[in-house]
Amino acid sequence: MFRWTVDSAARNAAPMPHDDHDHSVLPPDPALRVKALETILTEKGLIDPAALDAIIDTYQNKVGPQNGAAVVARAWTEPEFHAALMADATAAVSEMGFYGRQGEHLVAVENTGDVHNMVVCTLCSCYPWPLLGIPPAWYKSDAYRARAVREPRVVLSEFGVTLPDETKLRVWDSTAEVRYLVIPRRPDGTEGWSVDDLAAIISRDAMVGCGLVTVPA
Amino acid sequence: MKRPEPAFAEPWHAQLFALTVHLNETGLFDWPHWADRFSATLKRHGVARELNGGDDYFNAWLETLEAVLSEQSLADPAQVDRIRNAWEQAYMTTPHGAPVRLI
Repeated sequence: MFRWTVDSAARNAAPMPHDDHDHSVLPPDPALRVKALETILTEKGLIDPAALDAIIDTYQNKVGPQNGAAVVARAWTEPEFHAALMADATAAVSEMGFYGRQGEHLVAVENTGDVHNMVVCTLCSCYPWPLLGIPPAWYKSDAYRARAVREPRVVLSEFGVTLPDETKLRVWDSTAEVRYLVIPRRPDGTEGWSVDDLAAIISRDAMVGCGLVTVPA
Repeated sequence: MKRPEPAFAEPWHAQLFALTVHLNETGLFDWPHWADRFSATLKRHGVARELNGGDDYFNAWLETLEAVLSEQSLADPAQVDRIRNAWEQAYMTTPHGAPVRLI
Protein backbone atom coordinates (compact mmCIF):
# COMPACT_ATOMS: atom_id res chain seq x y z
CA MET A 1 0.00 0.00 0.00
CA PHE A 2 1.16 3.49 -0.78
CA ARG A 3 2.51 5.20 2.25
CA TRP A 4 3.20 8.89 2.33
CA THR A 5 6.46 9.67 4.00
CA VAL A 6 6.19 12.75 6.10
CA ASP A 7 9.38 14.72 5.80
CA SER A 8 10.17 18.37 6.07
CA ALA A 9 9.39 18.95 2.41
CA ALA A 10 5.99 17.35 2.80
CA ARG A 11 5.24 19.48 5.81
CA ASN A 12 5.55 22.54 3.69
CA ALA A 13 3.91 21.04 0.63
CA ALA A 14 0.19 21.54 0.65
CA PRO A 15 -1.51 20.15 -1.24
CA MET A 16 0.64 17.06 -1.65
CA PRO A 17 1.90 16.14 -5.11
CA HIS A 18 -0.83 14.22 -6.82
CA ASP A 19 -0.43 10.54 -7.39
CA ASP A 20 -2.84 8.08 -8.94
CA HIS A 21 -4.83 7.55 -5.74
CA ASP A 22 -8.17 9.21 -5.54
CA HIS A 23 -7.97 10.00 -1.85
CA SER A 24 -8.35 13.18 0.16
CA VAL A 25 -5.48 15.63 0.32
CA LEU A 26 -3.28 14.64 3.24
CA PRO A 27 -2.69 17.50 5.67
CA PRO A 28 0.90 18.13 6.81
CA ASP A 29 2.26 16.21 9.79
CA PRO A 30 1.66 18.89 12.45
CA ALA A 31 -1.93 19.27 11.27
CA LEU A 32 -2.46 15.54 11.84
CA ARG A 33 -0.92 15.82 15.30
CA VAL A 34 -3.23 18.69 16.19
CA LYS A 35 -6.20 16.60 15.01
CA ALA A 36 -4.96 13.74 17.19
CA LEU A 37 -4.86 16.01 20.26
CA GLU A 38 -8.36 17.26 19.48
CA THR A 39 -9.65 13.70 19.12
CA ILE A 40 -8.12 12.57 22.40
CA LEU A 41 -9.29 15.60 24.38
CA THR A 42 -12.78 15.50 22.87
CA GLU A 43 -13.13 11.84 23.83
CA LYS A 44 -12.14 12.74 27.37
CA GLY A 45 -14.73 15.50 27.41
CA LEU A 46 -12.07 18.14 28.02
CA ILE A 47 -12.80 20.28 25.00
CA ASP A 48 -15.85 21.46 23.17
CA PRO A 49 -15.27 21.51 19.39
CA ALA A 50 -17.86 24.29 19.03
CA ALA A 51 -15.81 26.45 21.42
CA LEU A 52 -12.73 25.91 19.24
CA ASP A 53 -14.66 27.04 16.17
CA ALA A 54 -15.88 30.12 18.04
CA ILE A 55 -12.33 31.06 19.05
CA ILE A 56 -11.09 30.70 15.47
CA ASP A 57 -14.01 32.74 14.15
CA THR A 58 -13.31 35.47 16.69
CA TYR A 59 -9.66 35.85 15.76
CA GLN A 60 -10.14 35.33 12.02
CA ASN A 61 -13.11 37.61 11.58
CA LYS A 62 -13.93 39.77 14.57
CA VAL A 63 -10.86 40.87 16.48
CA GLY A 64 -8.20 42.86 14.71
CA PRO A 65 -6.35 46.17 14.53
CA GLN A 66 -9.65 47.99 13.94
CA ASN A 67 -10.25 47.65 17.68
CA GLY A 68 -6.95 49.28 18.58
CA ALA A 69 -7.55 51.96 15.96
CA ALA A 70 -10.89 52.81 17.57
CA VAL A 71 -9.15 53.20 20.92
CA VAL A 72 -6.39 55.41 19.52
CA ALA A 73 -8.80 57.60 17.53
CA ARG A 74 -10.89 58.12 20.64
CA ALA A 75 -7.82 58.99 22.68
CA TRP A 76 -6.88 61.58 20.04
CA THR A 77 -10.28 63.24 20.14
CA GLU A 78 -11.52 62.88 23.74
CA PRO A 79 -9.19 64.36 26.36
CA GLU A 80 -11.02 62.60 29.19
CA PHE A 81 -10.71 59.23 27.55
CA HIS A 82 -7.07 59.96 26.77
CA ALA A 83 -6.40 60.64 30.44
CA ALA A 84 -8.24 57.50 31.50
CA LEU A 85 -6.37 55.39 28.94
CA MET A 86 -2.97 56.64 30.06
CA ALA A 87 -3.88 56.14 33.73
CA ASP A 88 -5.39 52.64 33.44
CA ALA A 89 -5.58 51.26 29.92
CA THR A 90 -7.03 47.92 30.99
CA ALA A 91 -10.06 49.64 32.52
CA ALA A 92 -10.42 52.20 29.72
CA VAL A 93 -10.51 49.64 26.90
CA SER A 94 -12.71 47.19 28.79
CA GLU A 95 -15.25 49.99 29.00
CA MET A 96 -15.21 49.82 25.16
CA GLY A 97 -15.79 46.06 25.32
CA PHE A 98 -12.20 44.90 24.78
CA TYR A 99 -11.08 42.35 27.36
CA GLY A 100 -7.93 40.29 27.60
CA ARG A 101 -8.71 36.59 27.51
CA GLN A 102 -5.75 35.72 29.69
CA GLY A 103 -6.41 38.33 32.32
CA GLU A 104 -3.42 40.35 31.22
CA HIS A 105 -2.82 43.98 32.00
CA LEU A 106 -2.72 46.57 29.22
CA VAL A 107 -0.45 49.60 29.24
CA ALA A 108 -0.74 52.47 26.73
CA VAL A 109 2.51 54.17 25.76
CA GLU A 110 2.30 57.41 23.84
CA ASN A 111 4.57 58.70 21.11
CA THR A 112 5.50 62.35 21.29
CA GLY A 113 7.96 64.64 19.58
CA ASP A 114 10.58 63.50 22.09
CA VAL A 115 9.87 59.80 22.54
CA HIS A 116 9.00 56.97 20.19
CA ASN A 117 7.76 53.70 21.65
CA MET A 118 8.10 50.27 20.09
CA VAL A 119 6.80 46.91 21.30
CA VAL A 120 8.33 43.45 21.15
CA CYS A 121 8.04 40.17 23.01
CA THR A 122 11.58 38.87 23.21
CA LEU A 123 10.61 35.53 24.73
CA CYS A 124 7.63 34.48 22.65
CA SER A 125 4.95 36.66 21.10
CA CYS A 126 2.83 38.30 23.80
CA TYR A 127 0.64 40.84 22.07
CA PRO A 128 -2.55 42.79 22.87
CA TRP A 129 -4.88 40.31 21.12
CA PRO A 130 -8.17 42.07 21.96
CA LEU A 131 -6.92 45.28 20.33
CA LEU A 132 -4.71 44.07 17.49
CA GLY A 133 -5.75 40.45 16.86
CA ILE A 134 -3.20 37.76 16.10
CA PRO A 135 0.34 39.07 15.65
CA PRO A 136 1.78 39.01 12.14
CA ALA A 137 4.51 36.51 11.29
CA TRP A 138 7.26 39.12 11.48
CA TYR A 139 6.37 39.91 15.11
CA LYS A 140 6.75 36.20 15.93
CA SER A 141 10.03 35.74 14.06
CA ASP A 142 13.37 35.34 15.80
CA ALA A 143 14.71 38.17 13.67
CA TYR A 144 12.31 40.77 15.04
CA ARG A 145 12.31 39.44 18.60
CA ALA A 146 16.09 39.65 18.81
CA ARG A 147 16.77 42.74 16.74
CA ALA A 148 14.04 45.03 18.10
CA VAL A 149 16.05 45.29 21.29
CA ARG A 150 19.55 45.13 19.85
CA GLU A 151 19.17 47.52 16.94
CA PRO A 152 15.72 49.08 17.05
CA ARG A 153 16.58 52.01 14.79
CA VAL A 154 17.74 49.66 12.06
CA VAL A 155 14.56 47.60 12.41
CA LEU A 156 12.47 50.75 12.24
CA SER A 157 14.27 51.90 9.11
CA GLU A 158 13.35 48.57 7.50
CA PHE A 159 9.74 49.46 8.19
CA GLY A 160 10.38 52.78 6.49
CA VAL A 161 10.48 54.76 9.73
CA THR A 162 13.37 57.13 10.31
CA LEU A 163 13.35 59.10 13.52
CA PRO A 164 15.31 62.25 14.22
CA ASP A 165 18.48 61.43 16.19
CA GLU A 166 17.24 63.45 19.15
CA THR A 167 14.04 61.35 19.45
CA LYS A 168 14.42 58.88 22.28
CA LEU A 169 13.45 55.33 21.50
CA ARG A 170 11.83 53.14 24.14
CA VAL A 171 11.41 49.43 23.47
CA TRP A 172 8.84 47.67 25.63
CA ASP A 173 9.17 43.95 26.19
CA SER A 174 5.74 42.35 26.54
CA THR A 175 5.06 39.50 28.90
CA ALA A 176 2.21 37.12 29.57
CA GLU A 177 1.00 39.59 32.20
CA VAL A 178 1.60 42.97 30.56
CA ARG A 179 0.87 43.95 26.95
CA TYR A 180 1.48 47.33 25.37
CA LEU A 181 -0.43 49.52 22.94
CA VAL A 182 1.45 52.34 21.26
CA ILE A 183 -0.55 55.54 20.87
CA PRO A 184 0.97 56.99 17.70
CA ARG A 185 1.22 60.73 17.05
CA ARG A 186 -1.78 62.24 15.39
CA PRO A 187 -0.68 63.58 12.02
CA ASP A 188 -1.00 67.24 11.09
CA GLY A 189 -3.83 68.02 8.74
CA THR A 190 -6.40 65.85 10.53
CA GLU A 191 -7.95 68.61 12.61
CA GLY A 192 -11.73 68.28 12.65
CA TRP A 193 -11.70 64.69 11.33
CA SER A 194 -14.32 62.29 12.68
CA VAL A 195 -13.27 59.45 14.95
CA ASP A 196 -14.09 56.94 12.20
CA ASP A 197 -12.01 58.79 9.60
CA LEU A 198 -9.10 58.94 12.02
CA ALA A 199 -9.42 55.25 12.90
CA ALA A 200 -9.24 54.37 9.21
CA ILE A 201 -5.68 55.71 8.87
CA ILE A 202 -4.28 54.10 12.05
CA SER A 203 -2.37 50.97 11.09
CA ARG A 204 -1.47 47.91 13.11
CA ASP A 205 2.23 48.62 12.59
CA ALA A 206 1.79 52.12 14.04
CA MET A 207 0.22 50.65 17.17
CA VAL A 208 3.21 48.30 17.61
CA GLY A 209 5.52 51.29 17.11
CA CYS A 210 6.85 50.05 13.77
CA GLY A 211 5.00 52.62 11.70
CA LEU A 212 3.83 56.21 11.77
CA VAL A 213 0.33 57.43 11.03
CA THR A 214 0.23 59.56 7.91
CA VAL A 215 -2.52 61.24 5.96
CA PRO A 216 -3.06 59.35 2.70
CA ALA A 217 -2.05 61.43 -0.29
CA MET B 1 -7.88 49.61 0.25
CA LYS B 2 -5.47 46.79 1.02
CA ARG B 3 -7.03 43.46 1.94
CA PRO B 4 -6.16 42.49 5.50
CA GLU B 5 -3.69 39.65 5.88
CA PRO B 6 -5.25 36.42 7.11
CA ALA B 7 -4.83 36.01 10.86
CA PHE B 8 -3.43 32.51 10.39
CA ALA B 9 -1.30 31.36 7.48
CA GLU B 10 -2.41 27.71 7.76
CA PRO B 11 -5.60 26.13 9.09
CA TRP B 12 -3.64 24.03 11.58
CA HIS B 13 -2.07 27.16 13.07
CA ALA B 14 -5.58 28.38 13.84
CA GLN B 15 -6.69 25.00 15.21
CA LEU B 16 -3.67 24.75 17.47
CA PHE B 17 -4.05 28.31 18.70
CA ALA B 18 -7.75 27.80 19.47
CA LEU B 19 -7.12 24.48 21.21
CA THR B 20 -4.54 26.08 23.49
CA VAL B 21 -6.65 29.14 24.28
CA HIS B 22 -9.63 26.90 25.02
CA LEU B 23 -7.61 24.68 27.37
CA ASN B 24 -6.35 27.78 29.16
CA GLU B 25 -9.90 29.08 29.51
CA THR B 26 -11.15 25.79 30.89
CA GLY B 27 -8.44 26.09 33.55
CA LEU B 28 -6.04 23.35 32.47
CA PHE B 29 -3.09 25.73 32.71
CA ASP B 30 -2.67 29.44 33.28
CA TRP B 31 -1.29 31.67 30.57
CA PRO B 32 1.95 32.78 32.26
CA HIS B 33 2.83 29.10 32.73
CA TRP B 34 2.07 28.46 29.07
CA ALA B 35 4.15 31.46 27.96
CA ASP B 36 7.11 30.27 30.06
CA ARG B 37 7.01 26.82 28.56
CA PHE B 38 6.50 28.05 25.03
CA SER B 39 9.34 30.59 25.39
CA ALA B 40 11.66 27.80 26.52
CA THR B 41 10.81 25.70 23.44
CA LEU B 42 11.34 28.66 21.11
CA LYS B 43 14.67 29.36 22.73
CA ARG B 44 15.79 25.75 22.33
CA HIS B 45 14.67 25.56 18.71
CA GLY B 46 16.28 28.91 17.97
CA VAL B 47 19.77 27.84 19.05
CA ALA B 48 20.62 26.10 15.81
CA ARG B 49 18.93 28.47 13.38
CA GLU B 50 16.76 31.53 13.11
CA LEU B 51 13.08 30.63 13.37
CA ASN B 52 10.46 32.14 11.15
CA GLY B 53 7.16 33.38 12.55
CA GLY B 54 5.10 30.82 10.62
CA ASP B 55 5.56 27.03 10.64
CA ASP B 56 8.69 27.21 12.85
CA TYR B 57 6.78 29.17 15.45
CA PHE B 58 3.75 26.90 15.45
CA ASN B 59 5.85 23.73 15.40
CA ALA B 60 7.42 24.96 18.64
CA TRP B 61 3.92 25.74 19.95
CA LEU B 62 2.72 22.21 19.11
CA GLU B 63 5.73 20.58 20.74
CA THR B 64 5.05 22.62 23.89
CA LEU B 65 1.37 21.72 24.03
CA GLU B 66 2.14 18.02 23.49
CA ALA B 67 4.64 18.15 26.35
CA VAL B 68 2.23 19.96 28.71
CA LEU B 69 -0.59 17.51 27.96
CA SER B 70 1.72 14.54 28.37
CA GLU B 71 2.93 15.81 31.76
CA GLN B 72 -0.64 16.25 32.90
CA SER B 73 -1.40 12.66 31.77
CA LEU B 74 -4.05 13.97 29.38
CA ALA B 75 -2.53 12.75 26.13
CA ASP B 76 0.46 10.43 26.20
CA PRO B 77 2.86 10.58 23.25
CA ALA B 78 2.23 6.98 22.12
CA GLN B 79 -1.49 7.63 22.01
CA VAL B 80 -0.96 10.86 20.07
CA ASP B 81 1.19 8.97 17.53
CA ARG B 82 -1.39 6.22 17.19
CA ILE B 83 -4.29 8.58 16.59
CA ARG B 84 -2.23 10.78 14.31
CA ASN B 85 -1.50 7.69 12.18
CA ALA B 86 -5.16 6.72 12.25
CA TRP B 87 -6.00 10.17 10.86
CA GLU B 88 -3.38 9.72 8.17
CA GLN B 89 -4.94 6.39 7.19
CA ALA B 90 -8.37 7.97 7.17
CA TYR B 91 -7.17 10.66 4.75
CA MET B 92 -5.47 8.10 2.56
CA THR B 93 -8.52 5.89 2.29
CA THR B 94 -11.27 8.50 2.07
CA PRO B 95 -12.32 9.33 -1.49
CA HIS B 96 -11.55 12.89 -2.49
CA GLY B 97 -14.39 15.20 -1.53
CA ALA B 98 -15.93 12.94 1.12
CA PRO B 99 -15.72 13.94 4.79
CA VAL B 100 -12.70 12.38 6.48
CA ARG B 101 -13.56 10.54 9.68
CA LEU B 102 -11.79 8.21 12.03
CA ILE B 103 -13.18 4.70 11.75
